[in-house]
Amino acid sequence: MWTAFKRIVKAGFTGFWRNAFVSAAAIFVMTVALFVIGSTLMIDTLLKVSLQNIQQKVDINVYFVPTADQAAIDQLQVSLEALPDVVEVLYTSRDQALEEFSIRHRNDKTIMQGLEELGENPLGASLSIRAAETSQYEGIAAFLDQQQAQEDPRSPLIGEINFLKNREAIDRLTSIIAAVENASYITLTVLILASVLITFNTIRLAIYTSREEISVMRLVGASNTFIRGPFVLQGIMYGVVAGILALLIMYPLIVWLGPATESFFQFNIFTHFVTEFGTLSLTLVGTGIVLGMVSSVLAITRYLRV
Amino acid sequence: MIYFDKVSKLYNGGNAVALADVSFQVGPKEFVSIVGHSGAGKTTLLKMLIAEDVPSEGQVFFESLDVHKIPRSKLPKFRRKIGTVFQDFKLLPHKTAYENIAFAMEASGRSDEDIAENVPQALALVDLENKIWNFPGELSGGEKQRVAIARAIVNQPDIIIADEPTGNLDPIATYEVVQILRKINDLGTTVIMTTHNKGVIDELGRRVITMDEGRIVRDDNEGKYIL
Repeated sequence: MWTAFKRIVKAGFTGFWRNAFVSAAAIFVMTVALFVIGSTLMIDTLLKVSLQNIQQKVDINVYFVPTADQAAIDQLQVSLEALPDVVEVLYTSRDQALEEFSIRHRNDKTIMQGLEELGENPLGASLSIRAAETSQYEGIAAFLDQQQAQEDPRSPLIGEINFLKNREAIDRLTSIIAAVENASYITLTVLILASVLITFNTIRLAIYTSREEISVMRLVGASNTFIRGPFVLQGIMYGVVAGILALLIMYPLIVWLGPATESFFQFNIFTHFVTEFGTLSLTLVGTGIVLGMVSSVLAITRYLRV
Repeated sequence: MIYFDKVSKLYNGGNAVALADVSFQVGPKEFVSIVGHSGAGKTTLLKMLIAEDVPSEGQVFFESLDVHKIPRSKLPKFRRKIGTVFQDFKLLPHKTAYENIAFAMEASGRSDEDIAENVPQALALVDLENKIWNFPGELSGGEKQRVAIARAIVNQPDIIIADEPTGNLDPIATYEVVQILRKINDLGTTVIMTTHNKGVIDELGRRVITMDEGRIVRDDNEGKYIL
């Protein structure tokens, strides 16, 4: 058993070197395929992160009237935080609102003068509410509407809910996000499927060139395992080498793209590549190994029926 | 030791007859030549013996074993009892002469020591000690066939079958190959050879089976090439 294993391994390695041209061709195609898979995964991450970024920027703001009761505001904040869809509720007090307003308009003399003439703070407190998914804002807005409808008309609390104003933009963004996610899944699937098929065909061709040899081995009395072993090992070696090559090609590309993604997506792809290097290299080399092995087994089985 | 019992092989639903009702026996240590025109059924006959082809009717026995009742998984083991030599040599192109011969031994699970001892001996028997590390592409036709013979005998099979072993060789190489087969037979191995070569048959002076259109038309113990 051990001797047979040793011989299969040795035959696999010599076959790999002596069929250098076929090996090189198979590795080249597999490298391209794995590079495509790796890049797709990277682009997918980038897309997800940027969608998350955009989603984080969407929120609902509730502006309270300046005379609103602080206890009622606190209570609303608590009940909003209790909603399952709500991720975060940020409170801005009247003073903070005034300060932000003054900073924003410090160069606008007319506004600053108007503010001084008023003598008191015309701004109300506000709550900024964030949900995990843009599609969940609809429900939160409905909850707020209901709150507004229930309040006592003599002591109003909520002045304005800006969801209704932003509704169109939020709806559009929600549908764009859904479309982008679907498109990226479809692209990912198609690209991976194409890579798998191309790899499978290349290995099949590589083994096709050896079909005469396989029939000779059968006639000389070699068992199927003994014939198949070296070819399967070669498939695995193609996968390992191609996986490493794909990573090596991706590296400079990602180093180069790092600063660009940093400024455009607020997400450095190079940092991500470095932190996720273990998973990514395991995924690529692992995919290579599985692809090479399965393709070899499937391809060689055809020629073992002598 | 080999017994063909009323073996027929039909192709195309019975329109083409490769073998028709063939029966004969081969005893131990015999040297049998099978002659006949192209398409007479010689190669089909040999393929039946190594279970590469299945008869439409009849049975082929190797000792007491019905060759076509051997399960697929046991075929490799059965084929190791038979050394095969082909007209087109069928060497593994990416292996050296030594590795080609060693492969047959590795496949049958022989130990490394056995291989290291027997392969040079087999190469010496076919007079190729100086071409041990050459690849088939670097050998002449005659040398390739001698490597193929060395591979066929290295597992000490009970029988060697040679399908037109001299078909691609010049007269000198032909003479050498036939001498080697004769030597192997003298050492006690049964040899079954198909050939077209009249000179080879007449010079051998051993048993000759003559085939025509899938039938055995002559079977002479010290035959000549008569067609």
